[in-house]
Amino acid sequence: MKVLVSVKRVVDYNVRIQIKPDGSGVVTDGVKHSMNPFDEIAMEEAVRQKEKGKVTEIIAVTLGGAKNEETLRTALAFGADRAIHVKEEGEIQPLTAARALAALVKKEGAQVLFTGKQAIDDDANQTGQMTAALLDLPQATFASKVELDAGKATVTREIDAGLETLEVTLPAVITTDLRLNEPRYLKLPDIMKAKKKPIETVSFADLGVQPAPGLKTVKTAPPPSRSKGIMVKTVDELVSALKAKGLV
Amino acid sequence: MSVERDVMEYDVLVVGGGPSGLSAAIRLKQLAAEAGKELSVCLVEKGSEIGAHILSGAVFEARALNELIPDWKAKGAPLNVPVVGDDVYFFRSETAAFKMPGLFVPKPMHNEGNYVISLGNLCRWLGQQAEALGVEIYPGFAAQHAIIEDGVVKGVTIGDMGINHKGEHKADYAPGMELRAKYTLFAEGCRGHLGKQLIAQYQLAKDADPQHYGIGIKEIWTIDPAKHKPGLVVHGAGWPLDLLGTDAMGGAFLYHFENNQVVVGLIVDLSYTNPYLSPFDEFQRFKHHPVVKQYLEGGTRTAYGARALVKGGLNSLPKLTFPGGVLIGDDAGTLNYAKIKGSHTAMKSGMLAAEAAAEALFAGSEGGDELTGYTAKFKASWLYDELYKSRNFGVFLHKFGALIGGAINWIEQNIFGGKFPFTMHDLKLDYASLRLAADSKKIEYPKPDGKLSFDKLSSVFLSSTNHEEDQPVHLVLKDKTIPIAKNLPMYAEPAQRYCPAGVYEVVGEGDAQRFQINAQNCVHCKTCDIKDPAQNINWVAPEGGGGPNYANM
Repeated sequence: MKVLVSVKRVVDYNVRIQIKPDGSGVVTDGVKHSMNPFDEIAMEEAVRQKEKGKVTEIIAVTLGGAKNEETLRTALAFGADRAIHVKEEGEIQPLTAARALAALVKKEGAQVLFTGKQAIDDDANQTGQMTAALLDLPQATFASKVELDAGKATVTREIDAGLETLEVTLPAVITTDLRLNEPRYLKLPDIMKAKKKPIETVSFADLGVQPAPGLKTVKTAPPPSRSKGIMVKTVDELVSALKAKGLV
Repeated sequence: MSVERDVMEYDVLVVGGGPSGLSAAIRLKQLAAEAGKELSVCLVEKGSEIGAHILSGAVFEARALNELIPDWKAKGAPLNVPVVGDDVYFFRSETAAFKMPGLFVPKPMHNEGNYVISLGNLCRWLGQQAEALGVEIYPGFAAQHAIIEDGVVKGVTIGDMGINHKGEHKADYAPGMELRAKYTLFAEGCRGHLGKQLIAQYQLAKDADPQHYGIGIKEIWTIDPAKHKPGLVVHGAGWPLDLLGTDAMGGAFLYHFENNQVVVGLIVDLSYTNPYLSPFDEFQRFKHHPVVKQYLEGGTRTAYGARALVKGGLNSLPKLTFPGGVLIGDDAGTLNYAKIKGSHTAMKSGMLAAEAAAEALFAGSEGGDELTGYTAKFKASWLYDELYKSRNFGVFLHKFGALIGGAINWIEQNIFGGKFPFTMHDLKLDYASLRLAADSKKIEYPKPDGKLSFDKLSSVFLSSTNHEEDQPVHLVLKDKTIPIAKNLPMYAEPAQRYCPAGVYEVVGEGDAQRFQINAQNCVHCKTCDIKDPAQNINWVAPEGGGGPNYANM
């Protein structure tokens, strides 16, 4: 079974995000980037499925500029067999990404597209779903457990009321949630080997993809800073303070 | 307990991805290409990426870069802000300052032709240049031990990943590999934890004066564009430290960078004597001085960090070579304190070591010997000349204070061309300089106002520091009882104050008092390793990738 894993390069989760003074977006220059943590989970899942003998080939794919190559190298170090770089500079919106991924799923004949449930930069939570829709394939989102069998996947999802188990026919799109697995440490020898693996580069044009710049960022603003707390001495004081704020 | 380790062999291994290590790696590959030979070069860096642990002012002198990559401009090196003005102040009090007329500024403090840069970004760019030349760079991997066999350094062992706080293997345990090389260049920066061991093991410092250090604390601010003067460089001595005395020395800087950013910082010499002194709090109050406030007021602080720096200069420089390896950059201590610059000197030392290593390897060396060619090249270089001229600067200041010492330095630099016919020595060790708490005056620092000054924890937050939670504490106490039994009664446990990241706390009361180490906060500045009066704290590398994630520092 061939699977495709989509991995996105995002500002690292440890970095304290800063908004550009003109509100046009967040500062990304000189800032550490890494693979979207949810995509790491997707990558880890694909590798574990391969280790279980369920998957035969893992193809990692990323969309974005030249620097995305390092994200693909990470995917290769995880254990991807090969990598495809859809090389396009500039912003790529979810629908555009979904079109490119759909084209690649078709082209490669992948049985599963694994991807993170969302990227931690835009938190859009759209790409997996839209890819499934474009391909008219079943989707199982927010996976916390995945079992692959011939022609079907059994996926446990985390929902408000608890856990829901779905069975989807393959091919399908599976988006991964936090508790699915804990990604492994990348070993230095694997990183060394990953450096030498080839990466296939394609463009939107090669894939016949029309970019869909349907979204416009109007403004980016930081969350309001927390106002200073007050110290209360007694429970009564606390209750009256809460009442004064209309909280009880 | 022995573990199976993967092994890789290289011609040259570089430990640390700062200016010296990257310059060495680049130079090696350049020389190999020129000679039409193959040299395999590997560089490991404990930070999560190249530049993540780099912190510097920085006003940058391009001399070494001009030699290393003459077409750096065409290649897009991030040197975008030429210095347009040099202001030097003597701060007399929290409100008063005296601006030094340009005539009286010593020559090494002139910055025409230099650039205000982010050294982190320069290193990121150098990293790209190195990779393009074929250097294998592995960030996120910390060199844990030097491999020494029969007295010869053979490389390093990378730290294991996946060990819990008790020292047991977790499910995802991954043993670190051995990186072996004919020559290993140690480029860890000031107080490298391997460099320190090598200096001791090979007695490299036995003929040198004691090393001297400072702690530099830096913030980046985005300020009102109307107040922003790209390229303006401001230096100062005096308040909140001493101007005439020698108990608390150091200096301040404020550089106008690009994108309406100003970087501001304070360097406190680690020879300070009052155990109640807190470099962090000195810096916070310094920002309220009118000279600084005029720029910062109304601005936003966007980044914070700290790093120890080495400033003993030529007198304190250890022997640079030992069998199989060398020290380069501030792992040796090549910073020029009179210029308050260490980047160009670090780069040059790396280039010289690279030239010596390449020559030896091209001549058929199998490595393992001492690269004495490096020492010879160093002595014949402008780097040596520069450090020679500055050798007395730090000593003048330590002996006579900033004002008088500075005046003597002016005479040496501007009249004698940096070559007084004598050399001064400063033999007092930084860790031995503290007076007893009982003999010292408690310092009451003003509360941070949340606008110009801040508390430690909100500051550390801006360094984007992170460590894997469940791992052994990387700040190792040789004797666990010393902090409470000795340091507390004698020096009011100064670790609580000299650490700029709030790693050390004394918690509890009376008999229940204990010393708490919040290792996760550590910004890898190494101050504790240097200043602990009992020399009881050993900084070792935590799991690779941990530590600050500095951007544009």
